[in-house]
Amino acid sequence: MSIPSTRTLPLKLLAQNPGLLRRVAPVGTRWSSSISQRPGSDSVRFPGAVNSKFTTQMSFLKASDLPAIPTYRVMDSDGEMVDKTRPPTDVTDEEVLTWYRNMLTVSIMDVVMFEAQRQGRLSFYMVSAGEEGITVGSAAALTPDDVVFAQYREAGVFQQRGFTLKNFMDQLFANYNDTGKGRNMPVHYGQNYPRMHTISSPLATQIPQAAGAAYALKLQDLQNPTRAPRIVACYFGEGAASEGDFHAALNIAATRSCPVVFICRNNGYAISTPTLEQYRGDGIASRGVGYGIDTIRVDGNDVFAVHEAMKEARRVALDGGRPVLIEAMSYRVSHHSTSDDSFAYRARVEVEDWKRRDNPIIRLRKWLENQGLWNEDLERETRDELRKAVLKEFGEAERGKKPPLREAFADVYEDITEEAQEQMKELKRILETYPDEYDLRPYQDGVKGLD
Amino acid sequence: MAAPRLFRPTARLLSSRLASTPLRPAFRQSACAPSVLRSRGYATEGGPKEVTVRDALNEALAEELESNQKTFVLGEEVAQYNGAYKVTRGLLDRFGPKRVIDTPITEAGFCGLAVGAALAGLHPICEFMTFNFAMQAIDQIINSAAKTHYMSGGIQPCNVTFRGPNGFAAGVAAQHSQDYSAWYGSIPGLKVVSPWSSEDAKGLLKAAIRDPNPVVVLENELMYGQAFPMSEASQKNDFVLPIGKAKIERPGKDLTIVSVSRCVGQSLNAAAELKQKYGVEAEVVNLRSIKPLDVETVIASLKKTGRLMVVESGFPMFGVSSEIMALSMEYGFDYLTAPAVRVTGAEVPTPYAVGLENMSFPQEDTVVSQAAKLLRL
Repeated sequence: MSIPSTRTLPLKLLAQNPGLLRRVAPVGTRWSSSISQRPGSDSVRFPGAVNSKFTTQMSFLKASDLPAIPTYRVMDSDGEMVDKTRPPTDVTDEEVLTWYRNMLTVSIMDVVMFEAQRQGRLSFYMVSAGEEGITVGSAAALTPDDVVFAQYREAGVFQQRGFTLKNFMDQLFANYNDTGKGRNMPVHYGQNYPRMHTISSPLATQIPQAAGAAYALKLQDLQNPTRAPRIVACYFGEGAASEGDFHAALNIAATRSCPVVFICRNNGYAISTPTLEQYRGDGIASRGVGYGIDTIRVDGNDVFAVHEAMKEARRVALDGGRPVLIEAMSYRVSHHSTSDDSFAYRARVEVEDWKRRDNPIIRLRKWLENQGLWNEDLERETRDELRKAVLKEFGEAERGKKPPLREAFADVYEDITEEAQEQMKELKRILETYPDEYDLRPYQDGVKGLD
Repeated sequence: MAAPRLFRPTARLLSSRLASTPLRPAFRQSACAPSVLRSRGYATEGGPKEVTVRDALNEALAEELESNQKTFVLGEEVAQYNGAYKVTRGLLDRFGPKRVIDTPITEAGFCGLAVGAALAGLHPICEFMTFNFAMQAIDQIINSAAKTHYMSGGIQPCNVTFRGPNGFAAGVAAQHSQDYSAWYGSIPGLKVVSPWSSEDAKGLLKAAIRDPNPVVVLENELMYGQAFPMSEASQKNDFVLPIGKAKIERPGKDLTIVSVSRCVGQSLNAAAELKQKYGVEAEVVNLRSIKPLDVETVIASLKKTGRLMVVESGFPMFGVSSEIMALSMEYGFDYLTAPAVRVTGAEVPTPYAVGLENMSFPQEDTVVSQAAKLLRL
């Protein structure tokens, strides 16, 4: 829609659409300064574009003529620092070893759980093979007070922020220790502190919510300046970025100056749809620029690059109180989920190639070996140890009792409604009247679980 | 996107100073104000005061913004423009741009922002210019706001209030005059209220903002300009109405008319006409709350009168009236002396033409004639 200037706006049109006035005036100083064209000016003074030069050349911008946004990397695929002149990374060796261990843990858990799903021991699982570098590297740059909204392929973020194997397994098997009380599909993890909002299945809904949470943090931090300021980190895939919510979120985060870092995991596939069919522009990063958001593209297989970009993004988000977009490039080595067999739409050799040629775990391992911090023996021992730990928690969680029966009724509202209380009473009466008909042993507290 | 947006200002015409004379009378001022209430007379010092629904809502917002630092208002045009319907008038000046926020035109965006802010611990009040536009954000309301508390295992409350005009409006046709009571009323996790009078508006909106659950407040555009007397108690800043309690607006013994929002006024006028024409005493129940529903009051009234009629402006199928009639079968069947009747909107997208529009919503004469039929008068 073209927006006429206030001066030429016919009164009749204005009378019908008083809202036009609002759209014509610039944001902020809406009524105090009038935007008008000076005679002989060489640039546009329309309110919607105040610094654009006039040109007599009619040329359309072509995305294909513009250079692609570069990809930031620190370490090459051989685990060598690309820029030898820069000072070494300021992360301690212990920290890097923790990252590596966390990445390994997630990848080992993935293999075990994927197989377990195939054996019918849980209904669903999502692996994150190939994307451990993005999740662990970015989460490492967050403080425990920062808030995370994740999509569903961010086990590494949970792992790096202190989610234990027991926490993972309790959720996956929906037992009574699950903080979600067994109400969610597997991999829909959530954590109270460090705050990780529960995963939401509908795609991209977390993106505008992240902007809102960031706005809330900003207000809270303003009201309580003694508290260390916090940001929101919001994860999503390049497929989710096609949803309207993504666009709405970036625009509103930019206009409301929300301290949020959007991290797009561009892994090449949205279930079966390759990026070529997902979008025609220069990835997701080019969109950030369009919304006036500071944007960077990083090599997602380079955990150092991801960590550095996230650290800087966090600083920028807090410094100016504004959103940042990080597009982290990787390759989804795994199937989309246990409901997907990706060899139906991509060659096995392509996947094997990526697994071998460039993979965040292998790359970091090479770096560690180059530094003399790691070797074949350590690798074998660590893998064995982690696998045993995973299987131990797996077994315990699988044997764990199911949540008590009352949890089927609680939390629909802050307080249980009268109707639901009536139903609980009635259920209890039936269960107590016919104890032989209902096996309550799998449920924590049996029939008392209704109290 | 732009073209349909241009239709929105039709609604603004009603509230804009630029158009002092509406294109056509949106409602008959006298028709909806119940004679019962009018007879109480005008404000005296300390006594009841005439207040419009718009001002009552404004008062509720201002009081809650004042008393609770966690609240903030956001929506399209709510700040600089004082709200498309002027409900948020003066709030920007009083509370500043950090707590009264103009958003870009993106329902999914600002509704998602509100839900996110609620998940982060604030108590946002999200205004939709009308609930018709909330359709673009309904996933956020239903899949996120309503369900997160349950799905997170109770660790993530979502104290958000969604408000805006809903249902019948004059001259804005199919995409701007739909009633969403049944839509939101069917979702576990949501609470839904729908005020009629100024007291309802203030008390319910304040209750909605204070309630820890997500609450949908379905107002009605045509009620904004209506003035109602407000009691001394309801003028105070601690006035809150309980969510889930109906109000008997007019007692009677022959017929129970259950109604909600704007239709309450129509039902009261119809009840007055029934009394005048036939000497029938109809009891009018103002539901106030769609979810939870005050089944007790409805059934108690039904037991007294033996006859039930539901008047609402939603579509007939799977609606609020369907639910109330089903409940009356479950809890009050033995007390009914005649089949229950519903008067609803017509099963048709709202037409633009005035004549057709009138025919697609309950009118007072429809209520009167259906009541007469029900009572075999």
